[in-house]
Amino acid sequence: MFENLTEKLAGVFRGLSGRGRITEGNVREACEAVRTALLEADVHYQVAGDFVEQVRNAAIGQEVLGTLRPDQVFVKVIYDELVRLMGPADPRIPYKSPGPTVIMMAGLQGSGKTTTCGKLALLVGSKGHRPMLVACDCHRPAAVEQLMIVGAQAGVPVYSEGIGDPVRIARKGLRAAADENCDVAIIDTAGRLHIDQAMMQEAKDIAAAVKPDEVYLVCDAMTGQDAVASAREFNSALELSGVILTKLDGDARGGAALSIKAVTGKPIKFVGVGEKLDRLEEFHAERMANRILGMGDVVSLVEKAQAATSAEEAARLQEKLRKAEFSLDDFLAQIRQMRRMGPLKEILAMVPGMGGALKDLPVDEAELDQTEAVIHSMTPGERSDPDVIDASRRRRIARGSGTDPQDVAGLVKSFGQVKELLRQMKQAGAFGGGRAAAARQMASIDLFGPMHKKRQRSARKRKDRKRRSR
Amino acid sequence: MAFKWLSRLAQGLTKTRSKLADGVRGLLGVGRKIDAQFLRELEETLILGDVGVAATRKIIDDLKARCRDREITADDDLLAVIKNDLKEALREGAAGLAANPGGPTVIMVVGVNGSGKTTAVARLARLMLAEGKTALLAACDTFRAAADEQLAIWAGRVGVDIVRHRVGADPGAVAFDAAEAAIARKIEYLIVDTAGRLHTQEHLMRELGKIRKVLAKRIPGAPHEVLLVLDATTGQNAIAQAREFRQATDVTGIFLAKLDGTAKGGIVLAIKQELGIPVKFVGIGEKADDVAPFDPDAFVDALFGEGNA
Repeated sequence: MFENLTEKLAGVFRGLSGRGRITEGNVREACEAVRTALLEADVHYQVAGDFVEQVRNAAIGQEVLGTLRPDQVFVKVIYDELVRLMGPADPRIPYKSPGPTVIMMAGLQGSGKTTTCGKLALLVGSKGHRPMLVACDCHRPAAVEQLMIVGAQAGVPVYSEGIGDPVRIARKGLRAAADENCDVAIIDTAGRLHIDQAMMQEAKDIAAAVKPDEVYLVCDAMTGQDAVASAREFNSALELSGVILTKLDGDARGGAALSIKAVTGKPIKFVGVGEKLDRLEEFHAERMANRILGMGDVVSLVEKAQAATSAEEAARLQEKLRKAEFSLDDFLAQIRQMRRMGPLKEILAMVPGMGGALKDLPVDEAELDQTEAVIHSMTPGERSDPDVIDASRRRRIARGSGTDPQDVAGLVKSFGQVKELLRQMKQAGAFGGGRAAAARQMASIDLFGPMHKKRQRSARKRKDRKRRSR
Repeated sequence: MAFKWLSRLAQGLTKTRSKLADGVRGLLGVGRKIDAQFLRELEETLILGDVGVAATRKIIDDLKARCRDREITADDDLLAVIKNDLKEALREGAAGLAANPGGPTVIMVVGVNGSGKTTAVARLARLMLAEGKTALLAACDTFRAAADEQLAIWAGRVGVDIVRHRVGADPGAVAFDAAEAAIARKIEYLIVDTAGRLHTQEHLMRELGKIRKVLAKRIPGAPHEVLLVLDATTGQNAIAQAREFRQATDVTGIFLAKLDGTAKGGIVLAIKQELGIPVKFVGIGEKADDVAPFDPDAFVDALFGEGNA
């Protein structure tokens, strides 16, 4: 029943379009809808109010120039304001020399500190540094064991003394890091409530003992209104240098990102987007704003592709996405690249205009195997021009891929629809209702449908075949 | 028990009150008339408590309708009326756990990563022991590093047995062995810990269904309760969590964890309103016995910034 922020704003802009220039009158309704959307996204009450006020002031009197429509101008105003509020993001970690550079992690219980320690160690290591993890969570049972396992997974050393005085362990951890030639020490601390005086004092004592170069607040992206209260307290106790937002791979809209930045003024450095240790990404305000506005996240997508494939391949993929001129061969290549990049759903959500539309689309990786098999069974000619596939070719392809001819036909048909839609989206440009309409249409296409039905059917056939052969 | 939870909550609230509720408390006072200002403050209070836009609108619309129908008159204490409604709504279904008279009562504990499941499991066991019941824990979180170790340490502290396999084992197999053990040892409550999973991960949600099936195969009717552990600091996403977990594994109640901070956990009102899932327990501190059956009165008072100190 909740629309996401993207869909909500799309509705707002549809309401605004075609009403001439932006005036106080037509902006009021839109601003209220934006405020509602922000509150539903867990942006803090006060922050949402301030944001809408800024947008209102910036939007009123805006000239609607040339061929632009009022809703397009309004999108731009909101986008700029979102970027301004969440940025500037600075994902760099300032390393000092001689080391070790000390990074201290802090946050509420269950925000994901220990896992994020492992992720950060992996990231730091991938940039040519030698990180060491220091286990200072002496409160939660088995937290030290967890960090040691995470450290082993990341392939970095862990300094631990089991349960003891966290301040002493932190101090000795730094010495151990220097002894082992580690130039970065990442200190895991216990989760603590921001109003727990004794525990906050412990965090301050650790900070005083190790004089961290960087202090990161680890914050759950699903946090509600309270994000403001806890971030403010942690910031005043520890002088944060940045924020790491975790569990962004869920469907939380992450309004906490806006709130925390607004009250602490500290940049969001990284975002956690999955349970595996390599799922830590740099935060970019522009991309986040793009994502919130449903303009997709082409830059992130391309960057992921670059990590998984060669640069030329990535450029080609980007070009194909933009021009919508791809063959089944490209489709196959994309499926493979995407699967190397991560869960397909995550990738699809970044494609412009698809975020909302694909929210409820179940993507079964097993079906992708079958899609690959079908395309594999086609000749190069058939892949570049699927129109040549007649009944006889369909039978051959079905035999080759262990599917039914109807499934082959279904795949070719769905592919044609997708191609047509990408063409429409390209015509609609970066802005405008055409894209939203195309996205809705996209959602109604049963791209994976034929494969759903197929599985049962072919299982039955296979049984029949066996019986016959006996 | 109830008294202890009240005093603890009041302690937490003293801190809360001074920080957050100051402005609101005075304004939302006795004898207020329903006007634009009152409604705005009501909205702010509810939204700041994470009740959410939709549920807040519904509460306000109901209030307006009742004023229009003269059900509520100018003489009524509006705030008391609202609070009573909310308490009534939360009371429904909140009390009591299902029991399996024929054998072990199985309580399955589920939730997203970091919500506090393992701690909640330990606390539930403590609650059972305090009531003179016997309990057994099943460490079905075989995924997260050192999760079973964490539960084992809790089990030791609470004084309860635990069934665990090695890391990476099939959680279904752990559940089966635990069910066997519970029957053999004539245990009254089997509490099953599961791995944290984001509700958007379909394959992991399906795994919950499998654990259920395994339990039911050995103990008919199991699990008799499925408790979703919700972090009280969670915002609107909690609704999606509740919906998805209910669909995957028929959640029967909510364990609202970490209510000792400044977060109000108001989202459970929206969940009750929309999905009808009641809150059954709250976690309010860091020790094993910092758990209590849910008290709607204290909860709603806290939402409006009034700790019954």
